[in-house]
Amino acid sequence: MYQLLYNFTGDVIISTIVVALIPLTIILIYALFAIWLERKVSAHMQDRLGPMRTGWHGWLQTIADMIKMIQKEDTIAAEADKKLFNIAPVLVFTGSFAAYAAIPFSSALIGSEIEVGLFYIVAISSLVVVGILMAGWASNNKYSLLGAMRSAAQIVSYEIPTALVVLTMVMYTGTFSLTKISEMQTPYFWNWNILGGPEFGITKFLLIPFMIVAASIMFISTLAEVNRTPFDIPEAESELVAGYFTEYSGMKWGMFMLAEYANMLAVSAVVSILFFGGYQSPFGYLGNLLNIKWLIPFEQIFWFLLKGLILVFVQMWLRWTLPRLRVDQLMTVCWKYLIPYAVVNLIFVGIISLL
Amino acid sequence: MKEYLKNTWQAIYTVLVGMKITFKHLFTPAVTIQYPDVKVPLPERVRNRLYVNIDDCIGCDQCSRACPVSCIDIETVKALPGEDLGVTSNGKKKALWVTKFTIDFAKCCYCQLCVFPCPTDCIFMTNVYEFSEYDRRNLIYNFSNLTEEEAAEKKANYEKFLAEKEAQKAAASKTKE
Repeated sequence: MYQLLYNFTGDVIISTIVVALIPLTIILIYALFAIWLERKVSAHMQDRLGPMRTGWHGWLQTIADMIKMIQKEDTIAAEADKKLFNIAPVLVFTGSFAAYAAIPFSSALIGSEIEVGLFYIVAISSLVVVGILMAGWASNNKYSLLGAMRSAAQIVSYEIPTALVVLTMVMYTGTFSLTKISEMQTPYFWNWNILGGPEFGITKFLLIPFMIVAASIMFISTLAEVNRTPFDIPEAESELVAGYFTEYSGMKWGMFMLAEYANMLAVSAVVSILFFGGYQSPFGYLGNLLNIKWLIPFEQIFWFLLKGLILVFVQMWLRWTLPRLRVDQLMTVCWKYLIPYAVVNLIFVGIISLL
Repeated sequence: MKEYLKNTWQAIYTVLVGMKITFKHLFTPAVTIQYPDVKVPLPERVRNRLYVNIDDCIGCDQCSRACPVSCIDIETVKALPGEDLGVTSNGKKKALWVTKFTIDFAKCCYCQLCVFPCPTDCIFMTNVYEFSEYDRRNLIYNFSNLTEEEAAEKKANYEKFLAEKEAQKAAASKTKE
């Protein structure tokens, strides 16, 4: 993508800025849509209607909320640490946003074509922990601090099953690069990794249960990484007011919310790339059928966003189904259940791919 | 070990059962009523804002005395013997000018205790519930149909009548001596 723009404009600065702005606009538009979707989905699951009066079925509600948020007073507690307080939301949002650099939206629209994309994403998502700790400490509020500590413990512990499953997939596909992983899963859904991968043979069918286990472990642990129910102790709405972002108002709170939704899409995207074929369509391309070659990248963007949105919908669905886990239950799930299953899975996938 | 596997199975199974229920609820119709466009039908004998039919009021003060929060304020002036105020709808002849009949709906507790003692059934509850105001003073409803000047005039007439009677009595006792 950068190459295309550079050839087009001949200027390094302009093409860099445009390439950086594209995922930002995608995130902003998606966040608008996702917040509206969350309110409507949660409302209908609870047999009520959700926002109905602002625009058709309330789709302008997010914009109204944004306007309200921007004009709010920016309060900082008197005893709070001003520098840390101001930088924390920026760090949290940067950690989420930087992960978009390595995610391929289609075969033509990639932020940066680096060979170690997966490794980079797992590493840069840890920047969020630093931001959260800063937010909790700088608020000068013991409940925020508690929330931040729990959040740090949760994110760091759930990095381990994520890394183990990523390791499994890297071992199976042989490459770190997300583009190559997407390309390996051809545009026919029986070749996707969740159904055993592109090579036909006895290993394909043997792998299916292990792939399903790996996908669910990864889904659960990335759910915990983005602090989403049932793992939302850090922002537990009824327990710690709002956890580590209690003291934030106005635009800074908006940054935290935006970061949460951006993170949700980023981890859904990674799960869909690893297991569900990334930007590949399940039935082959219309462009191939009608021989219009330039249509293919657009179709790919459509399928990619559709898969991301379906996984985001499943995350929202889980939020309104399950009660919140207690902090010790959260840790038990991670260390006593997810990690052993992930390790056993790794061993079995390793043995099978040797066959 | 068996406990461990049982735990895992139970966790997965219960989560899936829960998700199925929530998904089913996604398609049940909502129970919300979109208020300003659609209103809930009220029962027949619901107790909301009071109404006074002042043509039937005989000024007996029973409703004001029955009110537990003293929100009804009535002042009456006795009519002169020659004046004709008309009859109420059930045939009673009215003998008092009702110069002030205010109900303060900020105080009213909508208990319906004022409706029962009324001998002519002129005060009753309607089903009007959307009458909020920005200023509390706008909630003091005035039901009397005499203007300020008329009320003052009636009072003045009565005072004059009383004064005349006093003067007559004084004159009569004086001539007696």
